[in-house]
Amino acid sequence: MADLPIVELDGVLLVTVQGELLDASVAALQQELPERVIAANARGVLIDISVVDIVDSFLARALHDTAAMVALLAAQTVVVGMRPAVAITLVELGLTLPGLRTALSVRDGLALLRGDSGQVRADSR
Amino acid sequence: MTTTSGNEITAVLSDFLTRHRERVVTEWAASPFFQFTGNDADQAASDAAEVLGGLHRVIEAGEHDTPTGEGFVAIRGLLGALAAQHNANGRLGARTAAEISGLKSPLLRLWQEDDLPAAQVTPGAVVLSGAVDTLRLVLLDSALNAGMDTIANQREQLTELSTPVIKLWEGVLAIPLIGTLDSMRSQVATESLLQAIADQQARVAILDITGVPAVDTMVAQHLLKTAMAARLMGAECVISGIRPQIANTMVQLGIDLGEMATRARLADAFAYALSRLGLEVVPVPAGTGGGR
Repeated sequence: MADLPIVELDGVLLVTVQGELLDASVAALQQELPERVIAANARGVLIDISVVDIVDSFLARALHDTAAMVALLAAQTVVVGMRPAVAITLVELGLTLPGLRTALSVRDGLALLRGDSGQVRADSR
Repeated sequence: MTTTSGNEITAVLSDFLTRHRERVVTEWAASPFFQFTGNDADQAASDAAEVLGGLHRVIEAGEHDTPTGEGFVAIRGLLGALAAQHNANGRLGARTAAEISGLKSPLLRLWQEDDLPAAQVTPGAVVLSGAVDTLRLVLLDSALNAGMDTIANQREQLTELSTPVIKLWEGVLAIPLIGTLDSMRSQVATESLLQAIADQQARVAILDITGVPAVDTMVAQHLLKTAMAARLMGAECVISGIRPQIANTMVQLGIDLGEMATRARLADAFAYALSRLGLEVVPVPAGTGGGR
């Protein structure tokens, strides 16, 4: 599970985080993702964390850093499918992921990247 | 009073209680304390005998000042039940406690009628009186414990009665928060709301605080945390039901709900939620479906 699969869908890259997020896989992702964004000329990246049930500041930082890299390449990052327990834990840890965009599901995330209504921005504080 | 005379008094008292057992039980059974429990005469007499037995034991053990004395502990359950019966009959604690003091006079009267050496009368009366006073303490204590149990049960029921999550529309949830929000209740509410958001893929959740009597910094903090967690999941929270004086208090307290959307009424929040979903409510053209 060292590498996270990156799937391209219609100008959007979908990254599915499976199980526990390891240092090695995050490093690999952060190396590969910018290359893929440029290669595909992607306008958005969806990071699906719907199967992640263990969360810590490392995950929060990985998400934040990845989103920042993608933003430098003029693409948007949307984190989708965060579980309730993960969300509560992040808030309790004070990690509210400022500026990161979120969506309930991959479908909602795609709609968000297409610029449909109903998008939600994470709290900026 | 030396130890020797103390022991003597104990022996004399014990003998006195044994001799007059029948009469004391009869008088006690007829007293308000045993009468107002709503029990019949036989039950009252047997209760009275049991209480007297406990009293006898603590006096023999010289523990008439000790509420944890073995004789008192033995009748705690009975006293608690009697106090509960008094309560159920609408007779409150202080009155019950006064009535248990009424058990003193038959004892003291019989004690004085007994032909005893003058040197023993006063110390014996002190012991008898003290024993009944301690009995009263034990009664109040067990009644208080029964009250604590009731409170614990009700707290549990209150949590069970916690806020339901209501689906207002496809993708719109509402949670009507009712009553004072302590940390346990707010945690339960947050968890059930977030779970419902995940289950129903709801894009907007309305937190209605119409039923919350006061918003302090803690409640506001809880609302903010819920909203942030919902945003991380990809949903949005709206707060509705902010009454004028609550708006006033929140500003006075310097509470800042940040970017969180707020609306005065639940209806307004629902309209906002529909607009976030790209929906709007329009009147039906005349003559098409008004009569359904």
